[in-house]
Amino acid sequence: MSSTKHTSDTPRLLVCALVAIASVSMAAPAAAMVTRHSDTAATTSHSAAPAPRNTSDAYRTYMASIQNGEPASAANYAIKRVKMIPAFARKYGLRCSACHTVWPELNSFGQQFRDNGYQIRNEKDSPIAQNNAYIPITLRATPQFHVERGTKQLVDAVPGDPTSGQAERTITSHGFDLSGIDLWSAGTLWKNVSFVLLLSSDNTGSFGFEAMHVRFDNMGGSPWLNLKVGKFELDNLVSEKRFLFLSDNGGAYQSYHFVAPGSSVDFGLGDNQIGAELSGHSLNSYTRYSAAVLTSTDGEPGGENFSSYDGNVNFSQAFDGGKMGVERIGAFAYLGQRPTSYQTSGGEEIPGTGTNRKMFYRAGVAGDFFLRKLEFLPLYMHGNDNAYLASDTPINSPLLDGARDASWNGGFLESHYYINQQLVLLGRVEAVRMSQQAFADLPGSLGNVDAYTFGTRWYPFMYSRAGLAVHGEYSLVKTVSPGQLPSDASTINIWSSSLLFALDFDF
Amino acid sequence: MSRVARHIASIAALGILILISATGARAQTVHGLPDIGRGADTKPNTRVGRADAGKPEYTRYCAGCHGDRGDGMGENTQWIDPKPRDFTQATFKCRSTPSGSLPTDQDIINTMRRGIVNSNMPQWRPLTDQTQADILAYIKTFSPRWKTEKPGTPVEIPPETPVTTESILAGRAMYQKFECWKCHGVEGRGDGPSAASLTDSKDQPIHPYDFTTGTRFKCGTTNADLYRIFMTGLDGTPMASFADNIKGNQGWDLVHYLRTLQPIRTPEAALWKTWLAAHASELKPIGPPESGRN
Repeated sequence: MSSTKHTSDTPRLLVCALVAIASVSMAAPAAAMVTRHSDTAATTSHSAAPAPRNTSDAYRTYMASIQNGEPASAANYAIKRVKMIPAFARKYGLRCSACHTVWPELNSFGQQFRDNGYQIRNEKDSPIAQNNAYIPITLRATPQFHVERGTKQLVDAVPGDPTSGQAERTITSHGFDLSGIDLWSAGTLWKNVSFVLLLSSDNTGSFGFEAMHVRFDNMGGSPWLNLKVGKFELDNLVSEKRFLFLSDNGGAYQSYHFVAPGSSVDFGLGDNQIGAELSGHSLNSYTRYSAAVLTSTDGEPGGENFSSYDGNVNFSQAFDGGKMGVERIGAFAYLGQRPTSYQTSGGEEIPGTGTNRKMFYRAGVAGDFFLRKLEFLPLYMHGNDNAYLASDTPINSPLLDGARDASWNGGFLESHYYINQQLVLLGRVEAVRMSQQAFADLPGSLGNVDAYTFGTRWYPFMYSRAGLAVHGEYSLVKTVSPGQLPSDASTINIWSSSLLFALDFDF
Repeated sequence: MSRVARHIASIAALGILILISATGARAQTVHGLPDIGRGADTKPNTRVGRADAGKPEYTRYCAGCHGDRGDGMGENTQWIDPKPRDFTQATFKCRSTPSGSLPTDQDIINTMRRGIVNSNMPQWRPLTDQTQADILAYIKTFSPRWKTEKPGTPVEIPPETPVTTESILAGRAMYQKFECWKCHGVEGRGDGPSAASLTDSKDQPIHPYDFTTGTRFKCGTTNADLYRIFMTGLDGTPMASFADNIKGNQGWDLVHYLRTLQPIRTPEAALWKTWLAAHASELKPIGPPESGRN
């Protein structure tokens, strides 16, 4: 691939490069350093920022704030995941470990329980069979201390003097911080009618609907037919909502949220989506499928792309691995579309009137393999954005000259070693590689990401009422970004790291 | 919507329709019971259990109710009704073996897989066969009976007889004769005159099975499962074995009658409903003989 500098005198290349800069900032949390709340300037700017509504929104808010020179608290980004529900443990008298390898990750029994609409099928699942005092509510929060470090951050050459030019510096910040909070209510409304309502806040207490759905379970008496309507997590074999990482850099799968340089696609595979999902499973949940129709808003209620629909399908099959454990392999595909034309009023786009939709897709395979105490979670995926979307061609405009589809490959290998049920070691290696840029002149490696995350979680006690995890994690991410200074090459590697110590509790 | 999207949507819709048709057909299983509760409960588990490997699995899945010492005194026991099994007594409700004897390994595996309806015992189907066998091996360490006794010989279940009105009527007569109604009630609602005072072997209150609301039984779902329950009894509960009283095909008569009490579509219920429409006045009510009943 060519390595044309973005300082080329070709106007189109300049445009492309600017787009790339913005998109790379959007694409990877490693692209820039996080300034903490404790920084005075950051505090002021952050307080006025709109509350992120889900993981992806938080991510984008975070990245956009960096791009604008108004860094938000990185903790915002690390708040919207965990699904461990002691309310169920309290209802059924089961320890956390019954449903979780270590919480919040589900084991095979937990998967079956979830697939069955949060029922254990003992004829006492309906609320009418429970004590009146039982209310299915749980909450989770994570007070923490963390250190964030980023290389090649653009700063004023002379601090306090914006006219002094710019220089690249490594910036480190650290301090005690808060996560947001998850307020969960989930359970059954009646036998075979279940629900989820999840209110999540950022670390300033601004709440949004992270999930909200009703599910009709076991329709016709068959576990193969379940219908869910509302906002929910895609049926990903490797769930980002239930994974074990929390830090700013490690707290999301790069592959799930990767945005090709310049692309306008506002989609994250890890984001909760709004729509309807038909799903089914065998009695032991070894065989599972789901097919969903989703509004093309990436889970944002009333988004601009209303009146447009995406589709998602998942299939997985597990096997009895004997002494090794339950082994599962699966495939997924997400087919999305985004409008490129809108009706306008006074030049402003009218939400929900989008037409001339262009496609994008994400497809891949994943697995969950056990070798006794060692668990592997591999994933490979391929992404593609139509040229209109990949080039971020302005709405109601013809395709930019030279634009073409953007595509990439991504994946990770995650592993957990369960020393015992209360202590786990974590590791993850990720990579995303662009295979085709939206413009042939862009450096082929632009946007590539490498990420490495290691950690441990210790659960001092394990019973059926609440949970606490002492969490330690280190994450290191390299992003190939456009050169920022005239002295830079066409691309530079920006390294970003997070070190996190947290008390992760769930009641 | 683009042409490609329309094609994909059409294919997806077609697939969903086929799926719904297939699963809908599958849902119409024997006796109208839903798929849930049926299935691979009794698939033989040939794995050799290892108690040392079973201990952490027991701690993970079982100890919260059954207790770390297997004495049924887990941290949740105080909130649970009925109480969890006390493995130190090695007394099990669901067996294929005669009353008072130890169950077979497969009996306990089956209980793990199907769970116990109306209790907090879930269906542990997703656990691998090896995990189930390991847990079983560990459970056996809680009682010395497993070292000194062998499981009983499974009771024989003869082939099921045809469902006929005569069989149902004979079963109804047995329900009266053996005073099933005293606990299970004259209509099978679990509200017989003795129901309120029943206790289990640990003096905990226990409720008779209500046939009119249940679709599954504690120890299975099929007619054969129901037959087996009469013959083995549910050890540790007031439900005794009737192996000495019910012989051969008589058991099927009682099974056929009890199926008419359940709130599901069964061949027995359909036949019985038809017969009752013309002959209801000929039936003597079930209940105490001195009250003018049978």
